Amino acid sequence: MHLTKEEEQVYEGEEGWTKQKAMEILVAIGDINHATELIPIKSAHISGVSYKTIGDAFEFISRLEGTVKVKSTLNPIGMDTEKWAEMGISEAFAVNQTNVLDAYKKLGISAECTCIPYLIGHAPAKGEHIAWAESSAVLYANSVLGARTNMEGAPSALAAALIGKTPFYGLHQSENRKPGVKVSVNCDLADADYSALGFLIGDLVESKIPLIELPPSSLPSTDELKHLSAAIGATGSVGMYHIKGITPEAVTGVDEKELNLEPEEKIEIEKEDIEAFYVSSCEPDVIAIGCPHCSSIELKRLYELLRAECEGKGRKIKKDLEFFIFTARAVMQNTQMQQIAERIASYGVKVICDTCFVVSPAFEHYDCVLTNSGKMLRYVPLLCGDAEAKLCKTEDCVRRAF
Amino acid sequence: MKIKGRSISKGLASGKALISKQKISFLGAVDPVTGIIMDKSLDIYGKEITNRILIFPGGKGSTVGSYVIYQLKKHGKSPCAMIVQRVDTIVAVGAIIAEIPVVDSLETDPLEDERIRDGEEVLVNGTRGYVEF
Repeated sequence: MHLTKEEEQVYEGEEGWTKQKAMEILVAIGDINHATELIPIKSAHISGVSYKTIGDAFEFISRLEGTVKVKSTLNPIGMDTEKWAEMGISEAFAVNQTNVLDAYKKLGISAECTCIPYLIGHAPAKGEHIAWAESSAVLYANSVLGARTNMEGAPSALAAALIGKTPFYGLHQSENRKPGVKVSVNCDLADADYSALGFLIGDLVESKIPLIELPPSSLPSTDELKHLSAAIGATGSVGMYHIKGITPEAVTGVDEKELNLEPEEKIEIEKEDIEAFYVSSCEPDVIAIGCPHCSSIELKRLYELLRAECEGKGRKIKKDLEFFIFTARAVMQNTQMQQIAERIASYGVKVICDTCFVVSPAFEHYDCVLTNSGKMLRYVPLLCGDAEAKLCKTEDCVRRAF
Repeated sequence: MKIKGRSISKGLASGKALISKQKISFLGAVDPVTGIIMDKSLDIYGKEITNRILIFPGGKGSTVGSYVIYQLKKHGKSPCAMIVQRVDTIVAVGAIIAEIPVVDSLETDPLEDERIRDGEEVLVNGTRGYVEF
């Protein structure tokens, strides 16, 4: 990879150990992927923040000095920064987690701790080069927003933030953003159907970019696209998708010639493929919503659904069941949302910020988790003890709680 | 015998070879506190990688694997160097932050070369990009 004179100096350590390490990481990744140069980025999103996943390696982050060169945000940590004791988090974990967070803050990284930076004021513009980790956010940024990022890992996103650049290869280049497989969906979709669809697609396409064709009546919402992105990222290794007529690089008339709209390989998805996800034998002892983190629209909808079950009946959720909703603290920053969260809490449902079911050590003792998230469907069995996860539409999740 | 390769992570180390013919997912496959291989599906299951020259095809799995390599180093249980057939970003980044020398893409494939055996003394120069048997 070609380095400018300034980049060469950083690589040789003339600007200190931190920037040298960061540059070594970028150069190694660039060389492995045959990049020719580094390009400037506008933002970075960094994963590997929960003490549950990075453990002692946070020592590396605490050794870093200086500040990041671009706007940088963090993924969820292992606990709610305010309500960690209520969550049953041990003090030892809380101390370690706070140290990890402080190490990132010292580098000038925004401590908002969410997997939906694009919904709390950090959305990249179309065509913007960025270096994001967190597969669900990578897929959303590339596919729905038309920004350009590879699927970064925890250290590589951090290295890119410290240098303000990333190696120019993969999804940064137009020729690598063309679809390689067409996925025709032959049924209408809503709510968790998009989680199921993403789970299937990720499994089937591996590293080929899918061009998804939905029936004309299906117009996915922001939150449905978020769930689709998360599920594809959980089961596949591909960093973007297109939806014909919907996502910015697959809108008819735009880039049509350049985009390969008729890939040779074709996959058909039928109604029964989606419905198969909802067949469930396990009796849930916990319901978890907010993977990725809930938007304000989802929180309002959950409140309406819960209220409809409870209003005038003085009901609370079942005694032998717990119900968690995970969101970003930034979503709760106005009075209206705080009131909604309080009312949700009054029904016996816990609203938790900064963390989620999978990256926190507080949720490892359940047997059967009901969720509307395809990403949880994949990761709960791997990372949350011996729990099973079952997919359910949002309204059914709420109904099952009473 | 000196074989040229590509420099991935700087540094110089020598030790006894430990050879695996399988890709390794560091998150889950290695105990970061003891350096012992815990993944039963691996041909080096039960062996300790501490202070060995680990020769293997490459990494796979979660990117958190990079931090597992760092944890091994912190506990004094890491390999002293690695020779990788074709390095991936997880192993490359882990080795760079842990400061473990790594060379890949040797002119002759170390996993196909019968002269290179388990337990043999090997020198890895990650800065200049070569190995010596």
